[in-house]
Amino acid sequence: MRPSDYLMSTQLQSPLDGWAEAYGATPERDTLFTTLSGEPIAPLYTERDVSSEPGLPGEFPFTRGVYPSMYRGRLWTMRQFAGFGTAEETNERFRYLLDHGQTGLSTAFDMPSLMGHDSDSPRSLGEVGREGVAVDTVDDMQTLFQGIDLGDVSVSMTINAPAPIMMAYYVVAAERAGVPPERLAGTIQADILKEYIAQKEWCFPIDPAMRFLGDMIEWCSQEMPRWHPVSISGYHIREAGSTAAQELAFTLKDGLTYVEQAIDRGIPVDAFAPRLSFFFNAQIDFFEEIAKYRAARRIWARELRDTYGAKNPKSWLMRFHTQTAGVSLTAQQPLNNIVRTAIEALAGVLGGTQSLHTNSYDEALALPTEDAVRIALRTQQIIAHETGVANTIDPLGGSYFVESLTDKMEEQAYAYFRKIDELGGMVQAVKDNYPQREIADASFMLQGEIDSGQRVVVGVNKYTEGDNADTPLLRIDPALERKQIDRVQAIRAARDSADVERTLAALKEAAAADTNLMPPLLDAARVHVSEGEIIHALQDVWGSYTETPVY
Amino acid sequence: MATRTRTAKIRVVVAKPGLDGHDRGAKIIARALRDAGMEVIYTGLHQTPEQIVETVIQEDAHAVGLSILSGAHMTLVPRVVALLREQDVHDVLVTVGGTIPADDIPELKALGVSEVFTPGATTQAIVDYIEGAVTR
Repeated sequence: MRPSDYLMSTQLQSPLDGWAEAYGATPERDTLFTTLSGEPIAPLYTERDVSSEPGLPGEFPFTRGVYPSMYRGRLWTMRQFAGFGTAEETNERFRYLLDHGQTGLSTAFDMPSLMGHDSDSPRSLGEVGREGVAVDTVDDMQTLFQGIDLGDVSVSMTINAPAPIMMAYYVVAAERAGVPPERLAGTIQADILKEYIAQKEWCFPIDPAMRFLGDMIEWCSQEMPRWHPVSISGYHIREAGSTAAQELAFTLKDGLTYVEQAIDRGIPVDAFAPRLSFFFNAQIDFFEEIAKYRAARRIWARELRDTYGAKNPKSWLMRFHTQTAGVSLTAQQPLNNIVRTAIEALAGVLGGTQSLHTNSYDEALALPTEDAVRIALRTQQIIAHETGVANTIDPLGGSYFVESLTDKMEEQAYAYFRKIDELGGMVQAVKDNYPQREIADASFMLQGEIDSGQRVVVGVNKYTEGDNADTPLLRIDPALERKQIDRVQAIRAARDSADVERTLAALKEAAAADTNLMPPLLDAARVHVSEGEIIHALQDVWGSYTETPVY
Repeated sequence: MATRTRTAKIRVVVAKPGLDGHDRGAKIIARALRDAGMEVIYTGLHQTPEQIVETVIQEDAHAVGLSILSGAHMTLVPRVVALLREQDVHDVLVTVGGTIPADDIPELKALGVSEVFTPGATTQAIVDYIEGAVTR
């Protein structure tokens, strides 16, 4: 064969065809080549799989990051979530964290507080101070932040259905310390749609719950320029068993629904959108997660600019907090969870997160011990300072695989948007149990793969020998429940009951009318009305909520 | 309690006591038991021990599975078991699932819980256990 003929024959067959032929001649491993969400993955990605250039960081549509400098300018915030026992124990922990250089606080409330029950309600039995801190009145909120300058520190509060009540307690606690609302900085989660979808901590039917949160968001938009009044959260949607695409789609759609609600209330989109932030999960399927964050930035920027007409570039930025996946942790061989968490955290970082919480290895067994929490924080510090991944912006940008997965994730999100629009929007879709059913189906399918052994979970369905059964666990002192019950009852005994009746009546009147509930809530907070009392008064007007479960 | 009507199908109440909203496991188990041919009554979330016991009696269940991930199992499970005894219910199989530390399992079993399923238990293992253990 002459050299020119040889050249002709290789040009007829592209290098890719040659590779495909060679690949086809080799047997594949007998395993699922799918993502954790069940998406099939090709053996190879090339330029043919990528439809567009990813652009530049800090430039529309922000696929490569929301800021031009990303971690070259400032590392992500390492923000560990804490709370247990009464306000006194958590205040001690907060002051310890601040003394050790932490600049922001993140408050976990206990289950009774999240559900609007006082600590002395029979519904709270056994749960007071167990999964977070118990806050019943403004006095607990004051104790929680005793000795901390609220004008100086940023505070995050993870609470949803009763969020306006906790917001009022926080504002009044600050007022007592001489700090006005305009100086308060922080975030309150207040994402009520995902409660009905996944987290399931509710107090009222969906429509009044949306109005309640809307009142708080509107009031914060006017009175608290440094406050983020909603953190739109996919974390719990994923924990409930959704796929990555469902987490992405439902979360963004929830966010767009809040944007529409604010616009309907007459708040200009650019006065509101820059204060929205997001909260996503980091699961164990590394590249799928990274693609999810990149797609989220791109979709949010496009929707805010093109659909909702936001002119301020800050309105286009999808800034987010990440937490590693609690559900990926195994009770078996718990030390393996350190490795899982490290990989998940790395996905959050390579996905461009603004802040990160890393779970502790013992959390499939109990709340974490201090030692376990320290390892979790060290994991972030190792990623930040030893691995070199923060040396350059979006190191995976331009990867054929990552760019292709990002495009795919975006397509899947828009397919869900269309479906939800057909159902009449997100509020209606949630009432129809649509996202709930999609999530239940996805989680059942994944469990089937794990139970059948098709999907390997190390230490659970493969490599099960050598379980280290002697993990030290944190025990919450049951005496703390009694202590908190005594506190709330002492406050009830000491306050003026006429003030309580007057403010609760005003609150009910505002709830039945259409006036903003924040001013009457602040009045009630000032005269020591408890969370449970406020919730009961509002339930008298709005009713409560019972789910029709789908499975 | 009145003599149970003998039915071919096992009737199981899957219950979520307490305030936490972690219903992923309960729903997967409910579906797996249903797919295995049992009649499943899922209570939904945020049930009090009183509500759960009432459901067990009204539904004439053979078994009740309590799913708890809030850390409140040592308060809620003894309450459910005591209420069942108060109502003279002795032949209903009680199982518990969730994040239950190993140290607590002997005490739960001493109370009358027949089995505790911790994270990683397969749905098939739970189906098999209930099929083998219920009194029909």
